[in-house]
Amino acid sequence: MERKPVATVAEFHDVNVLVSAARAVSERGYTKFDCYTPYPVHGLDRAMGVRRTVLSYISFLGGVTGLASALLLQWWTGGYDYRLNIGGKPFFAIQFSVPVDFELTVLLCAFFTLFGLLGLCKLPTWWHPLQDDPSFQRATDDTFVVAIYADDPRYTVKDTQELLQSLGGANVHVHAVSPVAKHDIATSHNIP
Amino acid sequence: MSTTTAVQQTHLHGDGILVEREPLVLGNLTCHDITTKIASIAEDKPTPKYLLALSFTAGIAAWGIGCILYTILTGIGVWGLNNPIGWGWDITNFVFWIGIGHAGTLISAILFLFRQKWRTAINRSAEAMTIFAVICAGLFPLIHVGRIWFAYWLIPYPNQMQMWTNFRSPLEWDVFAVSTYLTVSLIFWFLGMVPDLATLRNVVKNKIAKRLYSFFSLGWSGSMRHWHHYEMAYLILAGLSTPLVLSVHSVVSLDFTAGILPGWHTTIFPPYFVAGAIFSGFAMVMTLLVITREVLDLKELITMKHLENMNKIILATGMMVGYAYAMEFFIAQYSGNPYEAFVFINRATGDYAWAYWTMVLCNVISPQVFWSRRLRRNVPVMFIVSILVNIGMWFERFTIISTSLHHDFLPASWGYYTPTWVEVSIFAGTFGIFLTLFLLFAKYIPVIAIAEVKAILPGAQPQHSSHHGAHDSIHEVKHPAHH
Repeated sequence: MERKPVATVAEFHDVNVLVSAARAVSERGYTKFDCYTPYPVHGLDRAMGVRRTVLSYISFLGGVTGLASALLLQWWTGGYDYRLNIGGKPFFAIQFSVPVDFELTVLLCAFFTLFGLLGLCKLPTWWHPLQDDPSFQRATDDTFVVAIYADDPRYTVKDTQELLQSLGGANVHVHAVSPVAKHDIATSHNIP
Repeated sequence: MSTTTAVQQTHLHGDGILVEREPLVLGNLTCHDITTKIASIAEDKPTPKYLLALSFTAGIAAWGIGCILYTILTGIGVWGLNNPIGWGWDITNFVFWIGIGHAGTLISAILFLFRQKWRTAINRSAEAMTIFAVICAGLFPLIHVGRIWFAYWLIPYPNQMQMWTNFRSPLEWDVFAVSTYLTVSLIFWFLGMVPDLATLRNVVKNKIAKRLYSFFSLGWSGSMRHWHHYEMAYLILAGLSTPLVLSVHSVVSLDFTAGILPGWHTTIFPPYFVAGAIFSGFAMVMTLLVITREVLDLKELITMKHLENMNKIILATGMMVGYAYAMEFFIAQYSGNPYEAFVFINRATGDYAWAYWTMVLCNVISPQVFWSRRLRRNVPVMFIVSILVNIGMWFERFTIISTSLHHDFLPASWGYYTPTWVEVSIFAGTFGIFLTLFLLFAKYIPVIAIAEVKAILPGAQPQHSSHHGAHDSIHEVKHPAHH
């Protein structure tokens, strides 16, 4: 049965080599590639050519929603729907609404940040194309992994392999799956 | 991964560093060592000592929960509250536990914004402490409402009575402040943990554990494209938590200041409460960390430098609290208000003078030992001081609540309050709940922020100065044995 390459995977053990490799891969015009690292590496995103995240705008939207809903809630309940005279205090005033305004702003902003992050990262997910690759599994431990995916227009098994090797990648190999059986077949050090 | 020592790191960055910084991670641990160390805590069978401790704390928790049930089924008449003193141990404990939580947020959020790298070893446990403390805190007002089955009336929701909550009441603000605090702290804690859960997912052998870590790690892969968003999310949440933590204890203090009672009706309360909260919270973090690093053998990650830094913060916030005590007295006299002046004289010399002076001794006097570097780095000393501060801060809240309530304007309405065994048991029970949760956390959840500690190891981040960075790092890889 013919196995379909998913990606070419390379390991890196030095962070500076990793960053220059990521920059080189990006500069070669590859777009469908990723670096997997045990911790966020400063500057790696820029080297990969990743554009600034839009998450802060999503969070801001959350904050605005929170503030608006807090004001609306307090004004509508106390000042309109159920006007209750307590010690002659105003039914609604900006001053006393501040604590709840603040809390709901923070709350909604946090929710938008959380769900915005999950949305942008397409998480949670129960499957990853490289999940059975031993190098990939070590990326959460102590290994930097660069993977160039086979659906990149510039991807060819030979060139990509050579590129990653020339950039200082160790254990460069193709990860492949069987197109019929959907589950992965471990193919370390193995080119189909 | 390169394993340079801290000394070498100083050498590499050699441009202008004169004083060598104490390393944040000792023993030349590599990334893999850290993974293994933390994973082994989660994977090893629980020791008999651990199980003994867990059953002990769970026993106390069970006793406390029993007393809570007794209170709920009988009514809060089983407590010692009486007519002038309608708030006793319950609200004292509420404020106490909320305050404990604040150091967790301070360590995780404020120190993050200030780029204090030393926080990475302790922030996870501090955040856990926050959440468990807020859970304990939330219990008290809920029981205190008397009919806990109507506690949902605190939330504004459309109902057939066509009534709404009163947003002019600080108690309602408190509902929003505390529940937002708990929710945002949980989000922050969980989000910080996702990469570490993924790390454990990939190394644990136990099938059930693997399933659970897989579920909660949400399929995190360590993709740099994800880290890119993740770091922004973390920054935003830290930015949100920082004003949030200041707001929560300010709102708690407004529960008092919005009343007209002498001793409560003061403008100093919000900052004074926040400083006190951070003070007591750091003391609690210290108590827990001194035990945790000993029991779980984390001395290389939670180093003396961490403990010393925290002692400095305890000293600083202790001084702020001491200043607030003095200022309260000064303003009481300076205001010319006889009721206000009386309450403070009464606080220091009246029926509750023993509580007041316990507070001063524990909160103002005991942290002064930290002026000495030797004592600041002495584990038994800091353990004892942290316990004293915990006691002192509990008494601070008790003093504020009881002294103001027991002697107010009219001598005819004066009284005295002593708790019953039920109140004492419930308070002890919350310690049981808190410690049980903390023990479970310390065993089964990555107790150290693995990814964050890895990120601050020497040589973990690329060196941007191109003229020597790349060269040196290649050198490191080629000759790791020399270091």
